Amino acid sequence: MCRLFAITSKDPLSPMTAINALDVMREGHDGSGVGLFLRDLGGPFEEMKDAPILSGIFTDDGLKRLDIFMMDMGFMTKYKLSIKVPKDPPKGVPKRDIYLIRAYEYPEEWDGWTDEERYARLLEIRLTLRDMGQEKNDMIVFSFWPDVIMLKEIGDPLSVANHLKLERNELKARIIMAQGRQNTNYAINLYACHPFFLEGFSTMTNGENTAFIPIKEYLSSRGFQGYQGYQSDSEVFTHILHYTLKTLGLDLESYKHVITPLQDKALEEHPDGQFLKSLKHTCRRLIIDGPNCVIGSMSDHRLFMVQDRKKLRPGVVGGKPGVFAFSSEICGLDSAIPDRDKSKDFQPMHLDTAIVESDRQEVKICRQTDRLPLQL
Amino acid sequence: MPSDRPVTPSTLSIKDLPWQIVWNKDKCTLCGSCTAVCPVNAIELGVFRKRTIKPFVDISKKSTSEFEIFYGIRQKTDPSYGCIGCAMCSMVCPNDAVIPAKSDEAAKMNLHIDRGGQPRRRGGRRNSHDSVLDQIKFIRISMLTDPALDAGRHEFELKTLLGRVLSPEENMKFIREHGWIPPVREIYPLIIGGMSFGALSPNMWEGLQMGVAYLNEELGMPVRMCTGEGGCPPRLLRSRFLKYVILQIASGYFGWDEIIHAIPEMKADPCAIEIKYGQGAKPGDGGLLMWYKVNKLIAAIRGVPSGVSLPSPPTHQTQYSIEESVAKMIQSMYMAWGFRVPVYPKISASSTSLAVLNNLTRNPYAGGLLIDGEDGGTGAAYNVSMNHMGHPIASNLRDCYQNLVKLGHQNEIPLFAGGGIGKNGNIAANAAALIMLGASGVVVGKYIMQAAAGCLGSESDRCNICNIGLCPKGITSQDPRLYRRLNIEDVAQRVVDVFLSFDTELKKIIAPLGRSTSLPIGMSDALGINDADAARRLDIKYVV
Ligand code: SF4
Ligand code: SF4
Repeated sequence: MCRLFAITSKDPLSPMTAINALDVMREGHDGSGVGLFLRDLGGPFEEMKDAPILSGIFTDDGLKRLDIFMMDMGFMTKYKLSIKVPKDPPKGVPKRDIYLIRAYEYPEEWDGWTDEERYARLLEIRLTLRDMGQEKNDMIVFSFWPDVIMLKEIGDPLSVANHLKLERNELKARIIMAQGRQNTNYAINLYACHPFFLEGFSTMTNGENTAFIPIKEYLSSRGFQGYQGYQSDSEVFTHILHYTLKTLGLDLESYKHVITPLQDKALEEHPDGQFLKSLKHTCRRLIIDGPNCVIGSMSDHRLFMVQDRKKLRPGVVGGKPGVFAFSSEICGLDSAIPDRDKSKDFQPMHLDTAIVESDRQEVKICRQTDRLPLQL
Repeated sequence: MPSDRPVTPSTLSIKDLPWQIVWNKDKCTLCGSCTAVCPVNAIELGVFRKRTIKPFVDISKKSTSEFEIFYGIRQKTDPSYGCIGCAMCSMVCPNDAVIPAKSDEAAKMNLHIDRGGQPRRRGGRRNSHDSVLDQIKFIRISMLTDPALDAGRHEFELKTLLGRVLSPEENMKFIREHGWIPPVREIYPLIIGGMSFGALSPNMWEGLQMGVAYLNEELGMPVRMCTGEGGCPPRLLRSRFLKYVILQIASGYFGWDEIIHAIPEMKADPCAIEIKYGQGAKPGDGGLLMWYKVNKLIAAIRGVPSGVSLPSPPTHQTQYSIEESVAKMIQSMYMAWGFRVPVYPKISASSTSLAVLNNLTRNPYAGGLLIDGEDGGTGAAYNVSMNHMGHPIASNLRDCYQNLVKLGHQNEIPLFAGGGIGKNGNIAANAAALIMLGASGVVVGKYIMQAAAGCLGSESDRCNICNIGLCPKGITSQDPRLYRRLNIEDVAQRVVDVFLSFDTELKKIIAPLGRSTSLPIGMSDALGINDADAARRLDIKYVV
């Protein structure tokens, strides 16, 4: 089973906080891979919140191709964090040429563009790069978005982190999500590694999504180009989140109603029953049915955790004002925030969405039976 | 009987019949029960004469022969009275002295049942055992990351939607703008398919309705039953139980006067309206209620004279194209019930199903599409229609579902599939396979008849005289002497048993696949089949 850890803190933290938390939960995963998502960045990236950051893994040739491609489009490198790795990777970690984290200056002609237009284009570019990389096997692109860094690699999380020297000063973030273990249901593939990212939304999941094929087929048919990839059965959670907020214009509190709607009896008693029933009908194809704990990060810096309908996966939230963490196991939480009030630790159950707002002051529990904050 | 019996082209021997009555003289007490019960008078009391030669050992004396007369059972060889193998005779025989045996070679009788130039007509089933649905296996059983769900303990929501489901985008827009959202029903995914009041005996119909009402009201299973063409008894139309009923209208419009007149007095809306364009068992052909079954009651409900055959034309001027009907009929049906009742068409599975579906996707009113495969049908039709027309359901449904996927409209027009589900007894497995191929639910008629009322018909041309009103079990007869045999409460009880056991079996299939809170519609990654061509055709895994 995978292990998940996410933290949101008012002071930028090193990704090692999360890696160490994964490491204490080591018994719960097989050390086959790691994925990292960093947002609300500190260090040098603090100064360039608007600059889009490209993160990925490149071969030397791939990097050349990337540079030509980006230059042609008018992107200028603003800052780059090159991760030079020792020649011999640790056991189980593939040999790579370059791990790239590079912030760009937008091309001049983008100047008058709205955020919407920019974001749509950034997505397009990321997908183009991904396709180019898959064609020649020389680039793997995880994200291309302002204030976001993503890293994924095969191997034991701690050895990968040491190999990449992730404790470096330049790499700090206020929101970190990390997952231990490669995807296991399908072939090993870096793109299948959690977390997943789409237009500002990112989620990672612990579990299996048995409704994957119908959901994937549905999302792919929505006509939105970002709904593609699907190397992992849980990638759809990110896309459903994106769909719920972006396309349907609903809020985070509705996400759980989309993926795990209430049963009919509960809907009849719900203050928003009528709306939720129609939401259940129309979004029926997006209902997940596996055991899943989903942890996600929103573009407005909220962090959340939802459980599946049966609550079959572990998950706990805890912390203190200023820093809160979501973890598969309590020992992960203990490792990251040992001095919190443990009596306030909370394990979200099948109706709960636990949310920590961007002010990081408290854990808000939103029960599915509550009235929805967003009234249409 | 003359010793030189004329042998004409149509003279058949008992050997030529599909069923031969094996009668045991030693056991028979000549009670006459078998001949009395035989629905087709295939057997009669016969007088036989037997000569016994008595030779003497003493050669001086002359041997003699004696003639003995005895009584027994004689099987008729006239095709009109050919034994149908129903085995009612065995059931009533106190001594097990008589049993029908299937002929060991192809029956010649088939070549002679077109007397008067009338090709064979019979009750509906295709009489073929093979079923692709039975070959499908469920292969995606998770053992690594997903603890198997317990079919007995976990909560399940095995409901499906009937009615036009708007896309989430449209739905949100309509909610924001207070637009019209089409009615949608949450129903159980196993529906009792259209078997008309007229085709079925009153006892059978009432038994089914009682069972359905019990399932809904006592067990909370939203099971629905379709009326078939032929109307609905006036009392039911005006009762609260109407909400469990799907009213069917077909090209003959039989019974619709009655329904329309009852609208102002209806206490509940019907579950849905089904417009029948075609039926799997006789694609392109209409329903056929033969005159034997059109008694006064049936005639009154259907609004026709009694004692005449009622063929429902395959198409009708008002329904001559699907576009036309979608525009007119579906909308007028919506209007009749104030836009509160879903309306959907039923078509035979055929190579033109896709065309119909494509048309429906463009109509905001179409509340679903029921596709009936070649193995479906309970009603009467010509033998040739039943055996040789139509399209198997699995690939037809799959094509339609995948087409919807391509358009991004999957489950917006819920697809229901019927035809051959459970023909070999594996109803839950067949239903689950179709659901994973893309059906929102399945429709069964024949299995229900067999399981709930003990219909004797089988996939080897047994019985199948549903058309002539002589149903030995009283299921498809309008003759009180016959349908009195069928106990209404027993039928209701069996319907309930069938649904409860189906429910358990369905859970036993989908729980190990990790599904419980939404029906696994289109979960094709769970399916495998030991037939490479079928696998390719259905776009599922090939497994050996
Ligand atoms: S099996 Fe049926 S049809 Fe044949 S003789 Fe017996 S009762 Fe008659
Ligand atoms: S038992 Fe009745 S319903 Fe069944 S096949 Fe025979 S005639 Fe038809």
